[in-house]
Amino acid sequence: MDVTAYSIRKIKEKVFLSAVFICAGLAVLPLLALLGYVLMRGFSSLSFDFFTHLPTPVGETGGGMANAIVGTFMIVGLASLISLPIGLMGGIWLAEWGSGKRGFLVRYTVDVMSGFPTIVFGIFAYVLFVLTMRRFSAIAGGFALGLIMIPYITKTTEEMVKMVPRTLKESALALGIPEWKAMLLVVFRTAWSGIFTGIMLAVARAAGETAPLLFTAFNNMFWNFRPDQPTASMTVQIYNYAISPFEEWNRLAWAGALTLVGMILLITIVVRKYSRRVVYG
Amino acid sequence: MAKTENKIVVTGLNVWFLEKQALKSINMYIQENHITAIIGPSGCGKSTFVRCLNRMHETVAGATTSGTVFLDGENILGSDIDPVMVRRKVGMVFQKPTPFPTMTIFENVAAGLKLNGDKDRKKLTVVVEASLRQAALWDEVKDSLDKPGSSLSGGQQQRLCIARALAVKPEVLLLDEPCSALDPISTGKIEELLHQLKKNLTVVIVTHNMQQAARVADFTGFFLLGELIEFDVTTRIFTAPADKRTEDYVTGRFG
Repeated sequence: MDVTAYSIRKIKEKVFLSAVFICAGLAVLPLLALLGYVLMRGFSSLSFDFFTHLPTPVGETGGGMANAIVGTFMIVGLASLISLPIGLMGGIWLAEWGSGKRGFLVRYTVDVMSGFPTIVFGIFAYVLFVLTMRRFSAIAGGFALGLIMIPYITKTTEEMVKMVPRTLKESALALGIPEWKAMLLVVFRTAWSGIFTGIMLAVARAAGETAPLLFTAFNNMFWNFRPDQPTASMTVQIYNYAISPFEEWNRLAWAGALTLVGMILLITIVVRKYSRRVVYG
Repeated sequence: MAKTENKIVVTGLNVWFLEKQALKSINMYIQENHITAIIGPSGCGKSTFVRCLNRMHETVAGATTSGTVFLDGENILGSDIDPVMVRRKVGMVFQKPTPFPTMTIFENVAAGLKLNGDKDRKKLTVVVEASLRQAALWDEVKDSLDKPGSSLSGGQQQRLCIARALAVKPEVLLLDEPCSALDPISTGKIEELLHQLKKNLTVVIVTHNMQQAARVADFTGFFLLGELIEFDVTTRIFTAPADKRTEDYVTGRFG
């Protein structure tokens, strides 16, 4: 009798294990399929011209997304300029002095903000910048993406700073180091590798946004280096190309998608490597 | 005994954390160039007491004090005194070794000077070597000064922290259970080190370990429930205590 109970249990275990395995496979299947398909469709359209040339009018072959690549960097750069100081300082404040009522309020707002549909930030930037400046601009786009990045950076900073043992700060204070220096040069520096990971993930997230850019940065078929002008971004360019009826443009959309996915993948890999080095270092 | 000057005089010291009173009218003196041990069961206020000696108690929200702590005749609890200046004179080493994880061994020892703006590389090199020698760690790390401080063993890390505290040339060194996370050999090294250190500075050590107090300290204070029950020469505390509670504690009859 014991023997049968044992074999039943073994069968149960096998069934359960294979179910877990299959579910794990199903979870990564869409990702792999998507990556594979983007790679297959996009790779054939990638060329050197794609990275160096402007888009061409319909009917002409060739052309690239060089201006959109630069535009994405410009918009995300502006977004980082807005979100980094606010996010980092807000996170430090929450971790160190945010235990009271005010801290609760800020933390709650940040949580709500991270759950907002991103298009809402786009509308906000549209009203604030596009309507008042009477034109689409990289500033408006950067502002919208910056708002999206703030909660991510704030939360990571808070968590990473909280993870630094209190005794480390106390040790610094006990050396006769003023509190702000102890915070910045010891606590923040110790938390930095984790915070950096969070920043890069926020950047990757912002770079992949389309909706809030549609009516803030808009698009541009030409080079633009002025932040107060309509600016191309990879995501919006991909969107325009993908919904167009022209086969040539559809191909470019795939190439753009591949480039964007590749860039974000690269960021993630670099971040992982970097954070691992610090943890074991 | 060569000098018997009082480095620190504590009178009527009370400490509250919000509503809770942690220390009740403590009167005590700490003699220059001697080692004073603070013993007592957990939660008796001994850590709070030493933290008042360099105003580290202020880092806990809701801490209030009354009474005075005189360091060389100056009340360091006074509102016009900058806690940062107090801490440069009164250094501290904590229970768990706390090397700064982003810094090398060299940078750790130099941290107090460097973060306060002293960038003179030559001077730093001299101070780092002197401090590491003082902390009896130089011979073990002199070839690996560029390695991270966290790569050392626990005992070495604690001596690194002592070296770091010594580098800013404090007059008093507070040690809050510095050996409770260490093995007996590392503990022995640190105790030996304290004997060397008291030639140049005043040492206050909090310890759970009564044998340690008996081995290293010239004076011992016994704390219980926020009160200083007895304070005397160490040999008296351990051989002929005046108070019954002290006797019970040092003979291991409670706690």
